[in-house]
Amino acid sequence: MKALVAVKRVVDYNVKVRVKSDQTGVDIANVKMSMNPFDEIAVEEAVRLKEKGILTEVVVVSCGVTQCQETLRTAMAIGADRGILVETTEELQPLAVAKLLKALADKEQPGMVILGKQAIDDDCNQTGQMLAALTDWPQATFASKVEMADGSLHVTREVDGGLETLKLSLPAVITTDLRLNEPRYVTLPNIMKAKKKQIDIFKPEDLGVDVTPRIKTLKVSEPPKRSAGIKVADVAALVDKLKNEAKVI
Amino acid sequence: MASLVIAEHDNHSLKPATLNTVTAAIACGGDVHVLVAGIDAGAVAAAAAQIAGVSKVLHAEADVFAHGLAEHMAAQVLALASGYSHILFAATASGKNIAPRVAAKLDVAQVSDITRVDTPDTFERPIYAGNAMATVQATDATKVITVRTTGFDAAATGGSAALEVIQATTSDAKSQFMGSEIAKNDRPELTAAKIIVSGGRALGSAEKFNEVITPLADKLGAAMGASRAAVDAGYAPNDWQVGQTGKIVAPQLYVACGISGAIQHLAGMKDSKVIVAINKDPEAPIFSVADYGLEADLFVAVPELVAAL
Repeated sequence: MKALVAVKRVVDYNVKVRVKSDQTGVDIANVKMSMNPFDEIAVEEAVRLKEKGILTEVVVVSCGVTQCQETLRTAMAIGADRGILVETTEELQPLAVAKLLKALADKEQPGMVILGKQAIDDDCNQTGQMLAALTDWPQATFASKVEMADGSLHVTREVDGGLETLKLSLPAVITTDLRLNEPRYVTLPNIMKAKKKQIDIFKPEDLGVDVTPRIKTLKVSEPPKRSAGIKVADVAALVDKLKNEAKVI
Repeated sequence: MASLVIAEHDNHSLKPATLNTVTAAIACGGDVHVLVAGIDAGAVAAAAAQIAGVSKVLHAEADVFAHGLAEHMAAQVLALASGYSHILFAATASGKNIAPRVAAKLDVAQVSDITRVDTPDTFERPIYAGNAMATVQATDATKVITVRTTGFDAAATGGSAALEVIQATTSDAKSQFMGSEIAKNDRPELTAAKIIVSGGRALGSAEKFNEVITPLADKLGAAMGASRAAVDAGYAPNDWQVGQTGKIVAPQLYVACGISGAIQHLAGMKDSKVIVAINKDPEAPIFSVADYGLEADLFVAVPELVAAL
């Protein structure tokens, strides 16, 4: 069984982004870009399922600019077998990416698609669910455990208040939460090996997908700043402030 | 023009997040209807009918709605979608699970986590973990939206909406509910709590976390939260995590004990009304957002605070 794993190239999670002074967006010129952390967990999970003998091939997909090839190479250094880049300089929104992935799923016929639950740039948390809708496949979002049993997927999900386990028929869509696994460090030999792995490149038109954005960003601004308050000397002073100044207890 | 709010509930009671979502729907203009899809959820529908500003409650009953699986819930919403300009969900685990599915089936974009309604098609939403705020315009005819509950006040009760029982629409079962482990306790729910006491990595162990944080939470009648570091270290359960990738909270009082204040944690709690930070590191970033900072060893200060309250 084959898995398709979607990975997004985003501003590295350690970078503190700055809003551009003309309010058209955040400044991403010359900042470090990396694989979206949730997608790294998705790649790791697929590679583990392959190591367990459940999957036979892990195909990693990225949609975006040429440099997304670096993200694909990272995924292949973790252990993905080959890569697909859907190359475009258009701004890609979740619905467009879900349609591109649907087109690739039709082509590749995977048994499952694994995605990160959200990207840390736009924080949308939509693509996996949209792909599941477009393919009419069952979905298990926010996964913290994935197992195969009797030809079905058993996925434990993080929900408000605790955990929930679903049984899904295949093919299915899974989105990963933080505690599904801890991605391995990539080793130099695996980075070298990844350089030789195949990457196929398509354009959105090749897949018959219109990626025109449906949401217009009118303005990006700084969030309201919260100013630091005061330091209190001791517990008694704190209790006094909470009772008499803030009046919250 | 009318809005449909999908009620969040456990078949017995209406979750407070629904009230904030209704406020966002009212801001979109037009009539506000609420969908209650569940099993034996009559009490939920009755509660929804009392939300001020709601003109109609649509109540659908089916066994498969018991656990709110996305496939069935989406099918039910889609059956009603043509009558609405706006379809709103709370941005909770449940709402985020269902809303994109509805949007994709309608071939429209979904707007996530809105914190403000500027006009019926223009919304404000945080990006980059709240380090920037985007004002976005949705160009599709139907707006499918998830609402960050901390961005909107809870709608008042005291209304009397019409209650209409509707035929349930469900989907083919390709997913099945197997079970759940939902922590049972008497504490308020994290996202609805007035007071939250949160612990960080400085607690050092699950035992210490429980020993130090629990008495303070008990004393204040507070919900308990944790930083990602504390959750990753196994000191606290996953669903206590406050932050960009965990729960977004905005209580009246947030007490951060031994939490340094990583960006991703601040993203989840900086809209709290009053923030208290107890930390022995004077340079901890948490002090830059705290109204009251106490530079002290939490193992001494927190028990002292419990005694002083």
